[in-house]
Amino acid sequence: MAVSEISKKTNKSKKVGKNKNMGNTNKKTGKGKTKTKHKSKLKPKSNSKLKTKMKNKEKMVVIEGSHAVAEAVRLCKPKVVAAFPITPQTHIVERLAWLVANGMLDAEYVNVESEHSALSLVAGAVACGVRAYTATSSQGLALMHEVLFATSGMRLPVVMHVANRALSAPLNIWNDLSDTMAQRDASWIQLYAENVQESVDFTFIAYKVAEEVMLPAMVCMDGYTLTHVYEPVSIPEQWQVDDYLPEYKTDYKLDVENPMLIGAYALPDDYMEFKYDQQLAMDVAMTKLEEESKEFEKKFNRRFDLIEEYKLESDVAIVSMGSVCGTIKDAIDNFDDADVGLLRLIAYRPFPKDKIRDALRDVETVIVIDRAFSYGFEGILFTEIKSAFYNVEEKPRIFGYTAGLGGRDIRIEDIYRIIEDAKQAEKEGDWIGLRGVYA
Amino acid sequence: MIAGLPGEELFLQGHTACAGCSQALAVRIAMKALGRNTIVCLATGCLEIYSTQYRRCAWKVPVIHMLFENAPAVASGIEVAMKKLGKKANIAVFAGDGATADIGFGALSGMLERGHNVIYICIDNEAYMNTGIQRSGSTPYAAYTTTSPPGKVSIGNKTFKKDLPSIVAAHRIPYVATANPSYPKDLYKKVKKAMDFDGAKYIHILTPCPTGWGFESNESIEIGRLANETALWINYEVVNGEITDVMKIKEKKLVEEYLRRQARFRHLSKKEIEEIQKIADENARIFGL
Repeated sequence: MAVSEISKKTNKSKKVGKNKNMGNTNKKTGKGKTKTKHKSKLKPKSNSKLKTKMKNKEKMVVIEGSHAVAEAVRLCKPKVVAAFPITPQTHIVERLAWLVANGMLDAEYVNVESEHSALSLVAGAVACGVRAYTATSSQGLALMHEVLFATSGMRLPVVMHVANRALSAPLNIWNDLSDTMAQRDASWIQLYAENVQESVDFTFIAYKVAEEVMLPAMVCMDGYTLTHVYEPVSIPEQWQVDDYLPEYKTDYKLDVENPMLIGAYALPDDYMEFKYDQQLAMDVAMTKLEEESKEFEKKFNRRFDLIEEYKLESDVAIVSMGSVCGTIKDAIDNFDDADVGLLRLIAYRPFPKDKIRDALRDVETVIVIDRAFSYGFEGILFTEIKSAFYNVEEKPRIFGYTAGLGGRDIRIEDIYRIIEDAKQAEKEGDWIGLRGVYA
Repeated sequence: MIAGLPGEELFLQGHTACAGCSQALAVRIAMKALGRNTIVCLATGCLEIYSTQYRRCAWKVPVIHMLFENAPAVASGIEVAMKKLGKKANIAVFAGDGATADIGFGALSGMLERGHNVIYICIDNEAYMNTGIQRSGSTPYAAYTTTSPPGKVSIGNKTFKKDLPSIVAAHRIPYVATANPSYPKDLYKKVKKAMDFDGAKYIHILTPCPTGWGFESNESIEIGRLANETALWINYEVVNGEITDVMKIKEKKLVEEYLRRQARFRHLSKKEIEEIQKIADENARIFGL
């Protein structure tokens, strides 16, 4: 970040500080909480589930999450699908194989011998200028690791769903976010869905933005919690998707009429510029995602944003990602002390730092709930949320709690426990929900 | 210009291979057979490094390189995409022996088993030459490499060269062939022939490496010929499962003549040379030479 930019941000945060002090004063004098001026500019807070039900005139169907995603993929008309089975991704690719077998999706479905090859094959197809798809989980994503970097480095806009699952060892097929968060630095766009509807909607958005900026994208949906759950979902009509997502066209492809080298070898003289270009593309991806928040709502009548703010006119804010946010919202709704809100991160890469700062500018206490951990340090999202505030003068106290690894339930009581624990402010955070000798 | 082969060069001069690299020659001949309507997919290795440096591409056809072990999968993706686009082009993989016998073996097997319409060309210099002459699954018995050094208690590489053409043929693909750039017309003919079959095709080319094997850069063709003449390398075809067209040897030579010309075998005692002669004799017996 340039020096001038830092000082600009710092000035902004000074203003925030003033507002914040005013808010506190009001509270102390018993006048209740005043909405600071900037708050009124923000879009009204909404429960996306409720809004989906109320505003959407489309037909809702009750469908398994994985099958809903397969329908969304079908509507995007990929020409090539390649996958290797791994629980809990299987229902997505089984359904796609079925759609291809029954002529409902005009694609080549390739059963490959590993996830490494699944992504490689799909990347090869995209290099020919066609849209392609794969999906995976956990170990499969870990096996793809080097292919992830090559795909983004070669600027091939692959889209895949990751049915989030814990990583071995011990072997565990249940849900947490360890798999995708470990791939944070792979230069893939990462969107985290809270519910099945978002897992569907993000498919269209992922293809659109990925193809525009020439970076691959992952739609991260919690294994089982979203892949194996039946929810009422609105599956758009084909014309709606066609209207929103243009056919994939690119000048950069393998074509005997216009020979091109894709995947050059770069010496120290050139390598850094390739990598800097990737970061610039991520910046553009951020802008594009913001544009989509308007465009998507216009076309599908459902909201999309890089973050979601839920009852954030509060002193305490929980920050988290994925389906656990549904539980957190319920906890907030039922909490006696109503002074807790939620900031749900939807786009994790690109990381919407400014939006996060803005959303949490009046909050005194931030509680990050992580479902992935950086061993030897702390919860991954905890680190990142703290880093977002490092260069801001007035910042909230930030606590980090790790919970729900390997499918351990995060219950409403756990959320209350976390809030109470953070209010004690005795330590920076903890692991919640441990059993046995660690209970 | 090679007499009797098309004059058009699709693998161009100016690449950065070592002097006397017979692999570059093999690729040049293969490209003459494949022609302009070809998409090339490379595995990481010598060829990729000396021909695809940014701003110094040596290829006149579209070329893609992704990783070490995934070229067969990338090529599979290209094949299915081209099918969906309704376009026809030859899809050729060039991969070294390490990428084929070792790290990319699973991906190769997958591509073969699925029967993608791809010509896979293994350019075999019998070790990881790009990283500095380390042993691969294709390194011959008793050869020196930097990771199979002969010493007080070692004769060099302890294992025998993996028989890739046979393993590939066991996938029941329509065409498998072995070749050697010392016989350019035979190599050219085999690539042309492979193009006539539908499905996965495999050509395994022995490419003597002056740097890694330890001979002078003007000796590559001669060393390659000696490999055939000693029956340590056999040029043959497997068409629809049947071994056909085994290249005859005019005057069979002893392996010692081949081994003594290369620094990688300089440490061998009479005992190891006899062991290697047995390998050649067995080859000659199997192929009726």
